[in-house]
Amino acid sequence: MKGAALLVVLMLAGVPGALAQTQPVVPTTIGDSFADPAMESRARNMQRQLRCLVCQGESIDESNSPLAADLRRLVREQMVAGKSDDEIREFLVARYGDFILMKPPVQPNTWLLWLAPFLVLGGAGAVAWVTVKKAAARKA
Amino acid sequence: MTGELGQIAVCFALALSLVMSGAGLWGARADQAASRSIANGAAMGMLVFTALAFGVLTYAFIVSDFSVALVSSHSHTTKPLIYKISGVWGNHEGSMLLWVLVLAIYAALVAALQRGGDRLTSAALGVQGLMAAAFFLFLLFTSNPFARLDPMPFEGNGLTPLLQDIGLALHPPMLYAGYVGLSASFSYAAAALMVGEEGWARAARPFMLIAWIALTAGIALGSWWAYYELGWGGFWFWDPVENASLMPWLIATALLHSALATERSGAFRTWTLLLAIGGFSMSLIGTFLVRSGLTSSVHAFASDPTRGFFIMVLIALAIGGALALFAWRAPTLKGGAAFEPVSRETTLLLNNVFLIASCACVFVGTLYPLVLEAFNGTKISVGPPYYMLTFSPIFFALLLLVPLGPKLGWKRGDLKAAWRSLYPALGLAAVAAIAVLALITPRGLTAALAFAVAGWLIGASILDVRSRKGARASAFAAALAHAGLGVTLLGVTGATAWRSEALTVMAPGEIITVGPYRLRFDGVTEVKGPNYVADQARIALMDGDRVKTMLRPEQRFYTAEGQSVADTAIRTTGLRDLYLALGDNRGNGRYAIRVYVSPLAPLIWLGALVMALGGMLSLWGRVRVGARASASETVAAE
Repeated sequence: MKGAALLVVLMLAGVPGALAQTQPVVPTTIGDSFADPAMESRARNMQRQLRCLVCQGESIDESNSPLAADLRRLVREQMVAGKSDDEIREFLVARYGDFILMKPPVQPNTWLLWLAPFLVLGGAGAVAWVTVKKAAARKA
Repeated sequence: MTGELGQIAVCFALALSLVMSGAGLWGARADQAASRSIANGAAMGMLVFTALAFGVLTYAFIVSDFSVALVSSHSHTTKPLIYKISGVWGNHEGSMLLWVLVLAIYAALVAALQRGGDRLTSAALGVQGLMAAAFFLFLLFTSNPFARLDPMPFEGNGLTPLLQDIGLALHPPMLYAGYVGLSASFSYAAAALMVGEEGWARAARPFMLIAWIALTAGIALGSWWAYYELGWGGFWFWDPVENASLMPWLIATALLHSALATERSGAFRTWTLLLAIGGFSMSLIGTFLVRSGLTSSVHAFASDPTRGFFIMVLIALAIGGALALFAWRAPTLKGGAAFEPVSRETTLLLNNVFLIASCACVFVGTLYPLVLEAFNGTKISVGPPYYMLTFSPIFFALLLLVPLGPKLGWKRGDLKAAWRSLYPALGLAAVAAIAVLALITPRGLTAALAFAVAGWLIGASILDVRSRKGARASAFAAALAHAGLGVTLLGVTGATAWRSEALTVMAPGEIITVGPYRLRFDGVTEVKGPNYVADQARIALMDGDRVKTMLRPEQRFYTAEGQSVADTAIRTTGLRDLYLALGDNRGNGRYAIRVYVSPLAPLIWLGALVMALGGMLSLWGRVRVGARASASETVAAE
């Protein structure tokens, strides 16, 4: 079963390679890309959402580090294997933790992170409301 | 010998800062005029000695005196003069010396501009002196820039190549002028809480403006540097260090608006005081984040826990002390003024609500991962997508409200009339949005919306200027600053929504087309710089078969530091950037090349410049009015 799946992957991977000899099968470094523009833009989009684990500030889409290149290869391999974006994300989070996601997941330990700006907005808005009410009452 | 001279100068400056704080605080009593002039003199003396220390360190860098440890670890004889000088603040110790120098300059400015005659200024000098003393101690005990090295090495280690750049030579002094400028507002606010708040907003306003202008320019410089130096065509990364400079800017902007209401109509008295304290607190927290190395980011070059701990205690004392003073004294202040729900005051209040919430986004986004990791070791990333979902909508809402404010009168405004007078701006917004939807493919709703808001802002600013011929400088200043926001928004939209790129490997002679540009790769040659060797690519911008111009992106290798840095080539029309970066060698003369075409990108920084000009115009108006007032005072006295 596993062998058959691998065979399919290899066959799929072989197709773009056969069509365009200059294109590597699984492009890993900048300058290499999928021949299919839709596939390529999906890969780029995916790469932008993943953080390079060693350079920290950068996504793997814009990092020169070898680890980022490995991660790019990983993403593209998974894409060739037919995984969906969500499946690839899950796979990477299982491997590297939430740290790899540029967009923090919404879960109990990040509720405060996501809510805080809007809590502050609401709180400040309430204070402003009371202030305006008071200021208007002062005149009357 | 020179190194010791610098150290002695710092000790003298520390002593004078203590004199200044003692004399200043004592002089805040009604009958202590003599003490006030002592505080004034101490402020001047502190500046002289701090400048001397800074001059000594600069001299050591210029002559490459490697017996000073700092010089040997951050400089090199082959470095061009300008980077020897900028190397002074391209490291922790030197940048802290720059910090206290700026603090001393502001103290001297406070003393000079107000001539120290009044109790408020005296108390402000006292507080400023306390702060200076704390930072001098920090400098002497944890970050001595004059420490010696024995034996003296023959050559220095050089400066991180990323920092050997004109943008980053100017960025820290500018940013510090902003960060530390907020210390003057902070000192005035604390002084107002001690001796009574009458007139404090007016006295502190020039300092708020200077700080805001410097922060605006400093952030823009930093973003511009990241754009052309990092080689990825990005201009803002929501990096913790960038965030550290954005937070004080957001609070300073809120402060400028709130203080305006306090000064003109007596509204939000306590709130403005709290913002002045909050603004400098953000500066301190920003400094702490950067200097402690707590956040590992592309910009953080310093890390040392003892320093982090010292700054943390310092922040706790400064913020805690100011807040305690606030809690104790604020209830005794006079209540706010009366105004109608529809009025300039309400719009300024809403401005503050949205700015505080925006700042909360940045604050939480920057610190939450650190706190979470400290609590249970869980590591998460807070990247650009978070800010897109939190900061952007809140700030967008603020931008929608901006044009309304100047159209409403103080105390009581006429919403209908304001709305009607803004119809032309609304028209411009609609035209901008429709033009984007009709002319540009693929159609982007967000881009159209952003253009509408930019049109709304710029249109309203033009209306403002037209309707107020012969009005005061401050009205024009506001219009200019608000228009600048619109211009920056245009740039950000263009550079993100319509950027086209090619990440490709090219062989010599190969031609590619990116956006409207045809580019031919003509190969790479090695060139020598003053302290680096570079692979320099020659890329011809073609017009048909003719070569229009040659672009030369480089990959520089700095021999002393052993590091490589990309040097991009950017050709701009003012409305569109063609951006080239050279990647790695792929053999057989083939190189990886990144090409970005960023429409409207230059407007990002042009807008910031317009905002800063608005601030300067407001400051100029202040100085002129101030001069006239003091002239009439003199006449009256005679």
